[in-house]
Amino acid sequence: MMASRRGGPAMRLGGLVRKEFLQIVRDPSSIAIAFVMPLFLLILFGYGVSLDADHVPVALVDEAPSADSTDFLASLAASHYFAPVHARTVTEAEAALRDGRVNAIVHVRANFAERLRRPDGAPVQVIVNGVDANTARLAQGYVEGAWGSWLARRATERGQALTTPARLEQRIWYNPEVKSRHYLVPGLVAIIMTLIGALLTALVMAREWERGTMEALLVTPASMSEILLGKLIAYFVLGTGGMLLTVGLAVFLFHVPLRGSFWVLWACASLFLLAALGMGLTISTLARSQFVAGQIAIIATFLPAFLLSGFIFDIDSMPAPVRGVTHVILARYFVSIVQTLFLAGDVWSVVLPNALALALMAAVFLGITWRKSRKRLE
Amino acid sequence: MNALRRILALVRKEFLTLLKDPKSRMVLIVPPMIQLMVFGYAASFDLKDIPYALYNEDGGQASRDLMARFEGAPAFHRVAVLNAEQQIAPLVDRRDVLMVIHLGQRFSAELLSGGGAPVQVIIDGRNSNTAMIAMGYARAVVDGFNRDWRAARGLPNLPARLETRAWFNPNLESRWFFIPGIIGMITLVTTMLVTALTVAREREQGTFDQLLITPMRPAEILFGKALPGFIVGHIQATVILLIAVFWFQVPLLGSVPALYGGLALFLMSGVGAGLLISSLAVTQQQGLLGAFLFMVPAVILSGFATPIANMPEAVQTLTLIDPLRYFLVILRKVFLEGAGFAVLADQYWPMAIIGVGALGLASGLFRHRLY
Repeated sequence: MMASRRGGPAMRLGGLVRKEFLQIVRDPSSIAIAFVMPLFLLILFGYGVSLDADHVPVALVDEAPSADSTDFLASLAASHYFAPVHARTVTEAEAALRDGRVNAIVHVRANFAERLRRPDGAPVQVIVNGVDANTARLAQGYVEGAWGSWLARRATERGQALTTPARLEQRIWYNPEVKSRHYLVPGLVAIIMTLIGALLTALVMAREWERGTMEALLVTPASMSEILLGKLIAYFVLGTGGMLLTVGLAVFLFHVPLRGSFWVLWACASLFLLAALGMGLTISTLARSQFVAGQIAIIATFLPAFLLSGFIFDIDSMPAPVRGVTHVILARYFVSIVQTLFLAGDVWSVVLPNALALALMAAVFLGITWRKSRKRLE
Repeated sequence: MNALRRILALVRKEFLTLLKDPKSRMVLIVPPMIQLMVFGYAASFDLKDIPYALYNEDGGQASRDLMARFEGAPAFHRVAVLNAEQQIAPLVDRRDVLMVIHLGQRFSAELLSGGGAPVQVIIDGRNSNTAMIAMGYARAVVDGFNRDWRAARGLPNLPARLETRAWFNPNLESRWFFIPGIIGMITLVTTMLVTALTVAREREQGTFDQLLITPMRPAEILFGKALPGFIVGHIQATVILLIAVFWFQVPLLGSVPALYGGLALFLMSGVGAGLLISSLAVTQQQGLLGAFLFMVPAVILSGFATPIANMPEAVQTLTLIDPLRYFLVILRKVFLEGAGFAVLADQYWPMAIIGVGALGLASGLFRHRLY
């Protein structure tokens, strides 16, 4: 009677958790995964990654300088969006475009000033390097912007009214200054947590089996559920530390506004962590060897989370079968939650369905791990 | 001669351990092809389906004309018609729509009076990149409307107009830009798969010590360990290159030997980095961590999605040791710009230095890391 009370489930579980923590402390790589990796990656990317193109190198070609053409090109050169390079001939500018020294060419022909006064107007040739289509589009937009304001200024100077019939007035909600960092950093929090969760646990089950210590654990009174729970609790605590660190960095270092409630974020992040740890445990259990588990972790975590989560590429624009695939990517749900909680606030109609999906996936992964681990005994 | 035999024996053994386990075999062959198919379709900045809502307070003909243009634009997809201001916020909050187009009561009247009328576009900036692209699409629709409005009313043309052309990618298809990039990323992942855990596994199981007491010199062990990654990388890259050309129809304009020259150097530097990580690691867990600490920055700082030119100076300097950076330039230049060896020299030698350096360090660590 006494013996069974002393070895009660709570105490067994406490012992298992303690064992996991000892293992964590002895191989510092787990601690590095939880704390060093997020710190390193978030600082590197938070500062390094930006989609806002400033100082696009552009070649300006003025075939026959006149007051009008000089004025036009000077207004382009003054914009901080461009780093202007003057070229004498189109051939010279085209060579620069081919070598990658400039991304665009603005070419004003010899008869610019004269044609400007004709009714059909003067053409200005713009050539962009289309290899990077996104930057090309940005550069094109900047040239159009500079051109439009030059036309408007010229009209006012001449006392003419240049009215645009319908003019676009943009209101960008949640991120009015269009700082790409404000949208990239919350996304990075989700990507980094995917890596933390899966990397922490991807090898642990396989390691126990490979080293034969799993059998040793199983001959103790501890059941498989308790062994799994012990691992889950230990790595959950570690992962929560990593999560707090990344959220803290996002808010205090990168000044991303957290408009939603911290506790909602905490709750969703915990669900996500549970699902990510569950995914790691599933990989570990199915693979049986650390080598294969490591390979699967490399393939299944980073690139899918990076490309299919909606972090940079818009999910709605993907073809239907690919959209279907994104539903099994954990990060997809969490990216949506963090972007909303950080920039928009507690929008329950976004948070709840995504949180539900995370809970479901956590249950599936942990369920698979539990079933498969039990089967292996027989 | 003996050295060659020893190396071949080790290569054979490495292939056996790599391919013996059916799961490991699957991991090497199937995922890269599936990944290229899925990622190839996923990676694009071109928007195909912008969900939007209309809030037209004006019933005039001009406002209906403008609305019809949005309806006719293939990238736009109307999900709601609103009749009160309060309906806007919940719709955007819930992400049911990306943008709301709002025309005030006096839109048509103001337009007819010649003073110009505002078209208010409210857009969800949570993903500011998508927001700005969608805004560009909306601007194109409004510009088209203005052109026709001017023409129909005999208003004077603008004194100057822009004639824009895009070289190398005339329709600005961002898929052409991303697919070569994905080839580079998947190849990098493969080299990591084959190399990052090999030495660490042998260390953990104690077989690496056995290898060290054989007559093999560290350089021979290095060759034996590096060749499988090199060979697997070449086979796999060839398969995904074929998919890119024949399935996705990305134009391959340049020299194929120049592309393979770049591939060989890239694989050498990737295998070098993987073996270096592996020989630094004592356990496979450490090897896995190292693989990620190399792979994730290598991908994000390579200029795959975010141009290197946009990065701060210090980070730009850091990208100089990223082999993927050079390989992406080679892939894109050969595919889209038709480049050959001469243009790419500046991309070749940094990868050669990184590769030789990493391989040299790795083989040095084989012996010295005997704690």
